[in-house]
Amino acid sequence: MSKAFSAIGEERDVERDEFTPGLEPQPTWCPGCGDFGVLKALKGAMAELGKDPEEVLLCTGIGCSGKLNSYFESYGFHTIHGRSLPVSRAAKLANHDLEVVAAGGDGDGYGIGGNHFLHTARENHDMTYIVFNNEVFGLTKGQSSPTSPKGHKSKTQPKGNAKDPIRPLSLSLSAGASYIARTAAVNPNQAQEIIVEAIEHDGFSHIDFLTQCPTWNKDAKQYVPYVDVQDSDDYEFDVHDRQEASEMMYETESALYEGTVLTGRYYEDEDRRSYQQEKQHRGDMPEEPLAERYFDDDYEWERSYDFIDRHK
Amino acid sequence: MTDDELIWRIAGGSGDGIDSTSQNFAKALMRSGLDVFTHRHYPSRIRGGHTYVEIRAADGGVKSRGDGYNFLLALGDSFARNPSENAVYGDEEIKPLSENLDDLREGGVIVYDEGLLDAEDVPNFEERVEENDWNVYPLDLRGLAKEHGREVMRNTAGVGATAALVGMDLDHIEDLMADAMGGDILEQNLEVLHDAYDQVNEKEFSHDLTVPEGEHDEEQVLVSGSHGIAYAAIDAGCRFISGYPMTPWTDVFTIMSQLLPDLGGVSEQVEDEIAAAALAVGASHSGVKSMSGSSGGGFALMSEPLGLAEMTETPLVLLEAMRAGPSTGMPTKPEQADLEHILYTSQGDSHRVAFGPSDPKECYEQTRTAFEIAYDYQIPSIVVYDQKLSGEYRNVDATFFDREPAPDLGSTLTEAELEDAPHDDSGKFERFRHDTENGVSPRSIPGQKGGRYLASGNEHWPTGHIAEDPDNRVAQVERRLQKLESVRGDLDERDQQTLYGDEDADFGLIVWGSQQGTVEEAVDRMNADGNSVKALGVSDLSPFPVEEVTEFVESVDEAIVVEMSATKQFRGLIQKHAGDFDGTLSSLLKYNGNPFEPAEIVEAVEIEQNGGGELPTAQTTLEPAAGD
Repeated sequence: MSKAFSAIGEERDVERDEFTPGLEPQPTWCPGCGDFGVLKALKGAMAELGKDPEEVLLCTGIGCSGKLNSYFESYGFHTIHGRSLPVSRAAKLANHDLEVVAAGGDGDGYGIGGNHFLHTARENHDMTYIVFNNEVFGLTKGQSSPTSPKGHKSKTQPKGNAKDPIRPLSLSLSAGASYIARTAAVNPNQAQEIIVEAIEHDGFSHIDFLTQCPTWNKDAKQYVPYVDVQDSDDYEFDVHDRQEASEMMYETESALYEGTVLTGRYYEDEDRRSYQQEKQHRGDMPEEPLAERYFDDDYEWERSYDFIDRHK
Repeated sequence: MTDDELIWRIAGGSGDGIDSTSQNFAKALMRSGLDVFTHRHYPSRIRGGHTYVEIRAADGGVKSRGDGYNFLLALGDSFARNPSENAVYGDEEIKPLSENLDDLREGGVIVYDEGLLDAEDVPNFEERVEENDWNVYPLDLRGLAKEHGREVMRNTAGVGATAALVGMDLDHIEDLMADAMGGDILEQNLEVLHDAYDQVNEKEFSHDLTVPEGEHDEEQVLVSGSHGIAYAAIDAGCRFISGYPMTPWTDVFTIMSQLLPDLGGVSEQVEDEIAAAALAVGASHSGVKSMSGSSGGGFALMSEPLGLAEMTETPLVLLEAMRAGPSTGMPTKPEQADLEHILYTSQGDSHRVAFGPSDPKECYEQTRTAFEIAYDYQIPSIVVYDQKLSGEYRNVDATFFDREPAPDLGSTLTEAELEDAPHDDSGKFERFRHDTENGVSPRSIPGQKGGRYLASGNEHWPTGHIAEDPDNRVAQVERRLQKLESVRGDLDERDQQTLYGDEDADFGLIVWGSQQGTVEEAVDRMNADGNSVKALGVSDLSPFPVEEVTEFVESVDEAIVVEMSATKQFRGLIQKHAGDFDGTLSSLLKYNGNPFEPAEIVEAVEIEQNGGGELPTAQTTLEPAAGD
């Protein structure tokens, strides 16, 4: 059969410029926004990995982060608030050769899409999820998000937010993600390395990506200075040890609100089967990409007549 | 009402094996050459409580459950008694006998398990038996089953007793039991069956009810509406289903989940209905024919991904298995009151295609249509049915399902075709072009060379990028709406509406969905009595078949719209699209949790034509057009 998806797996050198739309839409992000850092790191990572733009599906939610795939050249699906993960999961199940990346904001990913986040991590789909964490709702003008610090004031929280922030790394670990890292737009080199690792990882990779919001979190340098936990002698732990990773995450998440920004890889489980492998192992999913079949004229489709004996 | 029919009701507690027993018995009747129809009534609880299944069998003409029934097998609720304290939960113990008597016809037969039920506990039992000329045969079914090993086999004893009482051979029943079980269990069951049969056969019968004789031309299969839908999806090439369990949609979800893995497909039970529909969107976007579905409350959550599919023009097939609402309503009772919900949910000038099949065969046909339309026109299509149709079994010619598969992805390009497709200066595929003939701009699938584009739930340019340009907005809205006109033309060729009865009749009935068969049966009865009545069963709900419906209403003096809804939703839909016809439409409504019986419809037409009288069921209402 002729291959239906020939962009997939094509080996060649890919330039990062290929991921810039030809007729580039003007980004609507504010000057100084951390989202530019994610875009840059993602383009760099895809070029480093030699991915063809047409073998990548980038699914986003709604909000400033949701516009990522408007400025990134690949197949894209700009979904709805919080729903990038169920759409991405299905794309991966439909064609597991596709490189699937989902992106969303902290409100999108940890708030409205929180339930999907738990279950996608639990199922360990082989995909990468980048959460733009700027601790605030940006596009709707500054309301508290699930990661906003306690006491955060806005027009809808005039007395200050009464809620403690969510702990995304710890949440991700307990939900079942098999690769968890935190990086920041202010550290583009680490960010690119981490995205490369996350994409190469065989399972659900969650990146909590700190993106400064110069408009609604007035201090645009909120994530500077940062510390890379892998480079620092002060923090020694084994990323493959769940217990140690968990303790390190807890420390990191507490420290963030005290002004200490710790970034790096926190957890990786290389042994656990991805969801697709698990399903295939159980005979619950085909070995070849399901979508290929629809382009194969020789495939013999079974039909309902094959089952009616049981009803006679 | 044909005299030559058996309507057998088996009553007991949920969890007592009523379902499996009734299904085997229905198959046995089917194999003996009869047309069968099952009706299942059950409470929203797992074990105990009053439940029954009715099987109607006759030599042809079976389109509904019929009116009442003529044979009661009251097994008793084995869960109604607390074994440790010998106590009874309320009056549930006698329900299988007492609760069913209202619908039992005069001269009917009652077999009850005197091992579990005491007729003396049933108020005025003796008087009622005498008054209605019922024939009562108490049998110790529990004792008989225990004698051969296990109490649970009292179902089998009941079937054996039934066979003896109506003069039915045991051959088919034995064959079916052998298919379902083996070893000692089969042996014991066969012993119970024969023992019960022999014990009863020795008695003298006072009734004259016998199993009708019939002979099919072709081999038959016993299938439900849910099977019709699931099999159509499989034949249409659907290899991805995602869902969250909810009654009664779960029936289709279960059938598909059991079949798909062996067909190289994928079934996903996910965290909620938003995810379920979003997964179907994601899989379809990525090149796999997909389906999701739910019932009222779960479908409410799907409103969001439904709109996403509309805006991104992703083919999507959703099922909505209605039950009585609002909110969680009555989980195990049918209603047709989600009609407006499925037609109008989702924000904006949203649009979708919707079909309302009426029986298992139409479930199959219209689900096939739903897939073809969804993939040809890149539009969501919804199959809406109800709890009744979902679990209602009927016999169908086995050859009906011998269809060619249609796995075609419709308006989807191959890589070769993409080479000649329109691209912008940067090489991006112009996926959402304005200038199309029927409103459909062909799509590509992620991973295809030359097909990259952005699908966005925001309004977008032809390449998919977000746009608020007014000219583009108008062009895109109009193109998307244009699809509906194209779909209507396509559907007209398929002619899915059913005109029934004498074409020149002067009185009309309009119906949709699961009530159509009942209406058709009522039409037959009325015309046999010298009346002049016809019916129109509407299957296309959106885009609405305005011409056909208008023509029908204008061809009669008066018409009644029959639906299971308190707010006349279907009549509202007709009037929205076709006008109010100078007040010639009235409504027959039922929303008490039970479907119509043919006699209720006959009676309503009688009242509407001649005035006066009361409808046979207190909870049925006849609302005239005046005042609307």
